[in-house]
Amino acid sequence: MTRAPEILGGIDCDIHPAVPSITALLPYLDPYWRQQITTRGIGGLDLASFPHRIPANARPDWRPALAKPGADLDAVRAQALDAFGTRAAICNCLYGVQAVFNPHFATALARAVNDWLAAEWLDREPRLRASILVAPQDPNEAAAEIERRAGDPRFVQVLLLVMGDAPIGQRAHWPILEAAARHKLPIGLHAGSAARHAPTGNGWPSYYLEDYVSYAQAFQAQLLSLVHEGALGKFPDLTVVCIESGFTWLPNFLWRTAKTWRGVRSEVPWVDRPPADILRERVRVTLQPADAPPDADSMCRVIEQIGSDEMLLFSTDYPHWHFDGVDAFPDGISPTLRRRMLVENPLATYPRLQEVLAA
Amino acid sequence: MNDISDLRADLRAAHAPAKLRLIDCDVHHAMRSPTDLHPYLSKRWRDHLESYGSRPPVPFVGSSPYPKAAPALSRRDAWPANGGPPGSDLDTMREQLLDRYDIETGMLHLLFPQGMDQRNQEFGAALCRALNTWTHESWTKPEPRLKGAIMVPGEDAAAAVGEIEYWAGSSGFAQVGMVTHTIEPLGRRRYWPIYEAAAAHGLPVGLHTSGFNGHAVTGTGWPSYYVEEHHEVALSQQSVLVSLVCEGVFERFPALKVVIVEAGFAWVPSVAWRLDAAWRRMRDEVSHLARPPSDYIREHVWFTTQPADEPDRPDDLRAVIDWLGWDRLLFATDYPHWDMDDPEHALKLQLSEAERCMVFRDNARAVYARA
Repeated sequence: MTRAPEILGGIDCDIHPAVPSITALLPYLDPYWRQQITTRGIGGLDLASFPHRIPANARPDWRPALAKPGADLDAVRAQALDAFGTRAAICNCLYGVQAVFNPHFATALARAVNDWLAAEWLDREPRLRASILVAPQDPNEAAAEIERRAGDPRFVQVLLLVMGDAPIGQRAHWPILEAAARHKLPIGLHAGSAARHAPTGNGWPSYYLEDYVSYAQAFQAQLLSLVHEGALGKFPDLTVVCIESGFTWLPNFLWRTAKTWRGVRSEVPWVDRPPADILRERVRVTLQPADAPPDADSMCRVIEQIGSDEMLLFSTDYPHWHFDGVDAFPDGISPTLRRRMLVENPLATYPRLQEVLAA
Repeated sequence: MNDISDLRADLRAAHAPAKLRLIDCDVHHAMRSPTDLHPYLSKRWRDHLESYGSRPPVPFVGSSPYPKAAPALSRRDAWPANGGPPGSDLDTMREQLLDRYDIETGMLHLLFPQGMDQRNQEFGAALCRALNTWTHESWTKPEPRLKGAIMVPGEDAAAAVGEIEYWAGSSGFAQVGMVTHTIEPLGRRRYWPIYEAAAAHGLPVGLHTSGFNGHAVTGTGWPSYYVEEHHEVALSQQSVLVSLVCEGVFERFPALKVVIVEAGFAWVPSVAWRLDAAWRRMRDEVSHLARPPSDYIREHVWFTTQPADEPDRPDDLRAVIDWLGWDRLLFATDYPHWDMDDPEHALKLQLSEAERCMVFRDNARAVYARA
């Protein structure tokens, strides 16, 4: 397999190890929840946002014959790490923790998934890092889970779904944001829904395709919330990463925030400068899906319009299928920016990555 | 010899583009009082309006869940001298909008109340009929420069079709109007009879950002502030467009024209790119679509300009419109609202004379048979 040379030594900010089934988590749950799961036949908690048989959710050459894509460490090593010459990759486990209604169960599951990730993935493969899965159903418990993990430098971020109960900037979530900021852990918002609300303001669409497209609008809503609730001002050390979000929506989104804020800023006096300035400083976005325009010139223009060479982070979104081969970059991204996205930007976004790589 | 000020005036005149009469694709009229509707309601519904009132799924009787930036969301100077809310006095509208900017045709969109988001659908249908009759009697008859949108009780498609049939022959109406915050996404089949009737009568469907449906405006719940909600209702129009395309509405009704009103337009290319990318992976799920989603957008959908997007580099707007097609854009002021766009300053982009004619007039003539 030929490699695009500039990709060697990059940092992949979004890969997806899969929980093979709930039985894999049983050793990491306490006896009460082990018994509940067994006697009540609880299982099947993979998110409906990412059914693995849907074509987009596993690239054909990354799709195993029988098992779930992303469930096998050796396959991840070969396909996600070796093939791209990846120096480090961040595991974002998309298990349905945030969608569980029982907050005690959700908290126990988050803890179990994180223990499972540490033991089954991070301990076995030194190139892997992970996001801390938290259950925002109980924000104080979520903060406690962050505290519990914070001593392990292999956990580099806190992970939430982009569609949850309420916009992330709202006060109820501040214990989570506070704990993340204190430990210099970015909040990663990942595509996907806890199905608490229709994915659109107009109800439930018919097609999976529409659900997938609608995450882009939810990311924009979350960024509006983080700015206008004053959360980014309250927690000046907090970085937010939009993962599997697309990014070509950013230019228009930033323009519109400026215009609306100019008209309505008296409502949110704590937002004392244009939202686009705040967002360019504090928000990062992963590469895939690139949702690229049909030509390289348009992509160049989008990059110029984003107006920052620090916002974009390299990602393959393994095993999801957005590109073929080993060049994950769409046309129109300069070699200089590629290098920044592969190395400098991830290191700046995830301080813990720097410490570990230096060791 | 002329003095210098005459010279300047001559120069200005020589360089000024020929005076172009405008078509304004988003104008808001309003009732002076709910009693304006009384002549057009049966006793039952008049009594109902008086006692139960308008009941969309919202928490307050007389106020928006998100207080606006200005009273009646309007320009401070738009309150008519003779009382009543902004948009309620025809002479004031003539003076401030139609005459002031030499508007050839103004497309009316009534925002409050709506018949379509009434929880009592029978009342909603009666309300639509009354609102349309009032619009006709009080606005489009006395002022032929104004054209109404046939407001339909769209959650009850049979009643909506009846309303379209009732008004389709009237020269006072140029399009069918529906709210955008609907119980189901607007591409779903329950709304198809409405598209069929609109297409059959050559009436575009105008979708002005409006209405209440009980759904959180975002996929992650209710925002706290108007500064968020104002932006998010425009984001929800992106989902309206996605739904219309993905459900195959334009495959099924190839003559259908849709106008998306008051949602901006600079977002359209990025939504189309994302939609096309997702379609390439999952076209088996929407095998009723014969072509990439962006094709349908560029063939069947028009966008009003207001609130005009303002990129840091004005020329970036040109790239957006180049992608969209210069024939897709319809100028709109949104008079008398607080974020109204002034035709002389709205688009921060140097337009050629041909482009100006298209955006400010000719595109609207092409979309609306009655423009």
